[in-house]
Amino acid sequence: MSMLEMTEREITFSQAINEALAEEMRRDESVFIIGEDVAEAGTPFKVLSGLVEEFGTERVIDSPISESGFTGIGVGAAMTGMRPVVDIMFGDFMTIIMDQIANQAAKIHYMSGGKLKVPMVVRTNLGASRRSAAQHSQSLHVWLSHIPGLKVILPSTPYDAKGLMKTAIRDDNPVVFFEDKMMFQDKGKVPEGDYTIPFGVADIKKEGTDITLIGTSSMVQVALEAADHLAQIGISAEVIDPRTILPLDKKTLIDSAIKTSRAIVIDEGYASYGVTAEIASIIADGAFYHLETPVKRIGAMDVPIPFSPVLEDLTIPSSKMVVNMAKTLCGRS
Amino acid sequence: MKDIDPKTSQVNSIEKSRTEHEQWLHMYRQMLKIRKFEENVNQLYTTAKMPGLSHLSIGQEAVAVGVCESLRSDDYITSTHRGHGHCLAKGAKTNLMFAELLGKASGYCSGKGGSMHIADQENGNLGANAIVGGSAGIATGAALSAKMRGTDQVAVCFFGDGALGQGIIYEVMNMSSLWKLPVIYVCENNLYTEYTHYTETTAGNIIGRAKAFHVHAEEIDGQDIRKVFSTTRKLVEKARSGDGPSFLLCKTYRYYGHHVGDINRTYYRSKEEENEWKINRDPLKIFANWMINDQLIDAPGLEQIESDVQSEMEDSVQFALDSPYPDLNEVDKHVYA
Repeated sequence: MSMLEMTEREITFSQAINEALAEEMRRDESVFIIGEDVAEAGTPFKVLSGLVEEFGTERVIDSPISESGFTGIGVGAAMTGMRPVVDIMFGDFMTIIMDQIANQAAKIHYMSGGKLKVPMVVRTNLGASRRSAAQHSQSLHVWLSHIPGLKVILPSTPYDAKGLMKTAIRDDNPVVFFEDKMMFQDKGKVPEGDYTIPFGVADIKKEGTDITLIGTSSMVQVALEAADHLAQIGISAEVIDPRTILPLDKKTLIDSAIKTSRAIVIDEGYASYGVTAEIASIIADGAFYHLETPVKRIGAMDVPIPFSPVLEDLTIPSSKMVVNMAKTLCGRS
Repeated sequence: MKDIDPKTSQVNSIEKSRTEHEQWLHMYRQMLKIRKFEENVNQLYTTAKMPGLSHLSIGQEAVAVGVCESLRSDDYITSTHRGHGHCLAKGAKTNLMFAELLGKASGYCSGKGGSMHIADQENGNLGANAIVGGSAGIATGAALSAKMRGTDQVAVCFFGDGALGQGIIYEVMNMSSLWKLPVIYVCENNLYTEYTHYTETTAGNIIGRAKAFHVHAEEIDGQDIRKVFSTTRKLVEKARSGDGPSFLLCKTYRYYGHHVGDINRTYYRSKEEENEWKINRDPLKIFANWMINDQLIDAPGLEQIESDVQSEMEDSVQFALDSPYPDLNEVDKHVYA
């Protein structure tokens, strides 16, 4: 029986992240947190509440609003014996730290012929529908996934969040950890104490036989909702969460598509040149002779995220879109 | 208080001066090593033996050596695209550097970094950086790390006047001042941001920018190694004792172009200006003249150093030329640790 099956305790996604950080900071003195309003404020989403009380301002460091500067400081600290967790308040600010991540952190190990390493976590978020408009709503995880040397993590449940965060902190490479802002209050079973989840291992969230739904981050929930609707009309959907998109567990995705012969990929990043395009291509290549239909994909609409709720809602993948597309692929529309 | 034995005291004084004497000679040798190394780089490049880009720092040797001689081997530096001098001054071996510049397996980074990315962890060199200003965060982070780990290590961030245009320099200076980090920002003002005089790109007062953050700042003649050395020693001591960051502005000059291919430079600077620096402001000449005047060395002594360095260069170049290229299966090694 797995640790998850044995536990009865339910906590929120936010608490799971907090617990992972606290346990790792107790275990390893070289782990510290740096970012804007991470200490007494515990971030605007309150995910880090209580950490400064336990670990002090020397290990939970409030920075100025200088994302590029303190990310660079994280890189230098990581190269010299520390394990920083760099907190980037909104995933949209990837634009500001991109040189430090893509040109510095990602390449230092390779450029130095393996002599230097950068064991650093960048903790940030993604996801629209908070009515936060175009500069606080984007899902830009694919940008990082394009850079060899980085690892990109997208947890979808509190259990995965805790286990993947611990793995991220212990990893010797720069890891970018994206949390969906809309999931912080979601509850789920999370064991107390130590466990890790390896990178590059997808999780089958629901087994099925007629169609594979691959979802990332909060789109896993969208896929599970769609699977429930589809079950009511006799379509059995398998839901798979890659959990990490770099590295990516290609085999589990391909095997499922071979089994069901149909696949839809759902991700909240933009559809064009996005995560969905990469995964669809991998499945098309690996499962080609077993597919009944083309691999389809659903991503955010290719527009800047609008403010007005009626407009914003149109841009985000929904379970209704997934259901309609699945019905078409299964010849049931 | 015990009586001082005049005999012992005299011996101590002689030993001290002998140590200083050896240190000055060592520093001269280091400067000459950088100059000869880069003359060989120029030769390798122009005879098509060296691939890629090469940015020479000939003319700026006193800054690299004066600063690095003030550091311990476990102190950190970060360097720039014009970084051969910093790397050598911090203790790198010329043979492994030439090998890296030629993309050979025996090079410092197994041939994967090249001229603009040499790192030498054993000597505290966290790497040259091809993004202007790109290493300011790394140096400051190394200083934060030293403070958090409770060591008394110091970090030096080398950058040129061109990096004064990059915002990250000011972001990290602000944080290093707030958190009293043991870091020294060494700005090598060689007067040209690539092909443009720095006065066309840099408003106001340079050290005033650092002072605005309450970072201790000084401006010195970067061609005078004794000045660079004595000033940096003071700043290192200040950083090591927990008294926070400094900014050191060194006025210097590069004799060659922005990179080796930048040969026709008259549209941005005159031959007369170049000659003025080479003839009257050369850091090796200034240092050699002082040593001769102070009878630390004589002309044959200088010739001996030159011949020793020359022969080291010939051996090192040959080592690099003879070294094999990396195995092709190395291409995807070290992407991840």
